[in-house]
Amino acid sequence: MSVIGNTALDFTDDQAMILDVARGFCADRSPLERVRDLLESDLGYDPAVWGEMVDMGWPGMALPEAVGGSGLGVSVAVPVCEALGRSLLGGPLLATLLAGQLLLRASAGRDGSAVLAAIAAGAPATIALLDSADWGTEQIRCELGSDGVLRGVKQQVMEAAAAEWLVVVAQEQGEPVLAVVPAAAVAPAARRDHVLIDATRRAQTIDFSGVQVAGDAVLRGPDVARALRDVRLLGGLLLAAEAAGSAASCLDTTVEYLKTRTQFGKLIGSYQALKHPCVEILMALDATRSFVYHAATLVDDAPLDGDAEIACRMAKAQATETLKYAGDRAVQFHGGMGFTWECDAQLYVRRAQWVQQAFGDAQHHRKRLARLLLDR
Amino acid sequence: MSQVSDREKAEFRQQVGAWMQANRPADPGFLLPQSFMEVGSEQQLEFLREWQHKVWSAGYLGMAWPRQYGGQGVDPVYQSIADQEMRRHGVPICFNVIGLGWAGPLINDIGTEAEKARYLKGILSGEDIWCQGFSEPDHGSDLGSAQLRARREGDEYVLNGTKIWTTMGNFAKYMILLARTNPQAERKYDGLSFFLAPMQVPGIDPRPIRKLTGEYGFTETFFTDARIPASCLMGEEGQGWKIAMRTLQYERGAEAGAAGGLAFVRIAIDDMIAELADVERDGEPALQDPAVRDQLVQMIMEEKAVVLCDRRAAIPALTTDYPFSLPLSNKLRFTESTRRMRQMAINLQGADGGLYVGDAAARQGGFWQRAYLNSFSATIGGGTSQVQANIIAEHILGLPK
Repeated sequence: MSVIGNTALDFTDDQAMILDVARGFCADRSPLERVRDLLESDLGYDPAVWGEMVDMGWPGMALPEAVGGSGLGVSVAVPVCEALGRSLLGGPLLATLLAGQLLLRASAGRDGSAVLAAIAAGAPATIALLDSADWGTEQIRCELGSDGVLRGVKQQVMEAAAAEWLVVVAQEQGEPVLAVVPAAAVAPAARRDHVLIDATRRAQTIDFSGVQVAGDAVLRGPDVARALRDVRLLGGLLLAAEAAGSAASCLDTTVEYLKTRTQFGKLIGSYQALKHPCVEILMALDATRSFVYHAATLVDDAPLDGDAEIACRMAKAQATETLKYAGDRAVQFHGGMGFTWECDAQLYVRRAQWVQQAFGDAQHHRKRLARLLLDR
Repeated sequence: MSQVSDREKAEFRQQVGAWMQANRPADPGFLLPQSFMEVGSEQQLEFLREWQHKVWSAGYLGMAWPRQYGGQGVDPVYQSIADQEMRRHGVPICFNVIGLGWAGPLINDIGTEAEKARYLKGILSGEDIWCQGFSEPDHGSDLGSAQLRARREGDEYVLNGTKIWTTMGNFAKYMILLARTNPQAERKYDGLSFFLAPMQVPGIDPRPIRKLTGEYGFTETFFTDARIPASCLMGEEGQGWKIAMRTLQYERGAEAGAAGGLAFVRIAIDDMIAELADVERDGEPALQDPAVRDQLVQMIMEEKAVVLCDRRAAIPALTTDYPFSLPLSNKLRFTESTRRMRQMAINLQGADGGLYVGDAAARQGGFWQRAYLNSFSATIGGGTSQVQANIIAEHILGLPK
């Protein structure tokens, strides 16, 4: 069996329609002037636009019909995230999709559906995952005591201020558990807003110490560990899709500038020193989209298998490198303008730095891919 | 769509697979060429000629070509299956590639009855080796500017000029030749004509070029008042460019008209990983070295991206941004990734990386060293990677010339 392995790539009519609708919607609601308006706002997104996404059923698109979702599976979230990324559209959708996936997969066949139903109906949610800056650690520091009280601090909780529900990853006597906490249970004093390098996003560090978790709001058992593993992979995949979209519009921005800017009596786009890196970005972007939609072909509601894991890790590893390169060259190729806040290149280069680390950087995934591919 | 049933296909696959298994030649004791561009010695040529003749005699070459010209007139899907089985069984190449994949399908398509009767069978049997005269020393990537002059004199054309990178030029009986019949044409393309030219005539002098590998495989071919019959002209004067472009479409395989057979031996990343199984670094298996592992995963991803991009190219809804980006960048992506992989295979051999073909201790007789050096034929030939990048920048991204 070749290390190249599974190379399935299908795109359903549902996905194609959703991609089309999502691209149109995001382009219309999130032109770059609007993105800039929101950069320094508290919320970081437009609640009216979120409301429209809820009306279209996006928060529940990957959830089963039984809880009020669309039952289309997580693969349809991939084109939506690509569309979000293309228009740099922020807000709680990505965090909400992942929180929904985590709850769904951890509660397979059991209750947990009340919060899932709330999410499907449009309540923003998020995952409190990180205890430290190390995406690779298996160790969970945040603890759920026998008294049902949480002890520990979670970092970089995505879109935490918007979330009505927080899914806290904790350990109970060494076993991973999920504590589903309503936003109101966390006092404002326990929250600290981060300043993120990607100003289209928001996140908080939250001290959950002292939060009492209701007995029926804890998910335990072997499904939890499996769900956590799957959601780390799906987080990588959805961010890879978003990065693919961002890299595409970043490249468009750079190419547009190279077609209009004249120096030394020539359009600068005629210089091969600028032209060829743009081709490299285009080819990296083509590879990224191919990996992303290959991974989307292999993921569904079932626990992710080996091929799906390989595909998600490759998608994130590739997307991260692509957006980093696209953003980096966008600044450089805009010359002096590229050094300014006013130039759109900053939006992409800053996003690239945030995306590269989230859910594991390229080396993180390649290290794990090496085990999957070389130690068979 | 093919009319052949799945059952018939499966039966045929089994039959041809069994034949390949039973007839795969033993190791000849010298390095065989990995592509038709690498046939450097009489010894290699005779071995490959015999192999191709055997494949054709067994009925697994030119299957879709008409019976009266040496083919079998069956659905091309059979040839595709035969080709897949050849690849799977790792048999040698069918070396007469310019005949099988370029000249033959062209003659089949637009040739006269006389041309078909004269040329096709010899292409399949391997008796008549064909070469291609497109590139010239001063016009590497710019075929439209070809200057080799063909001047009409009565019933003959008189040829003067030089062609280069003529694969098997010193072995070939015929050449498909792009020559300038009208230097005054307003558009340079309109002055070109296409010939099915004999090579064994006075005034044609193919001189072998020694490659960076130390081997031969190409010639520089000099034409000095060489006279060929006027009947060698294919189509009409001035149609040369159009016909030359047409020959390129057959590269897509049997379904597009090519006779079939392997043009090159695919070297996969699995081959490199297998090669490294017993290599050590710092006293440990190289495959456990973190830096090596990271590099290997990147290489695997490069190779997988080539396959996945091909898959995605077939899905219109996923190619709306730059519809021709994937097909136009395929060559650049594939050839550059191949070159990098082969270099890496040398890099990871430790001190053995410094050995070469001819050294008794060289891994696999210096296979990887030679393969790396030969890989430049694909990043340079058919338009260098840099020209490819210009084409993509200008035609796909719309950047100025």
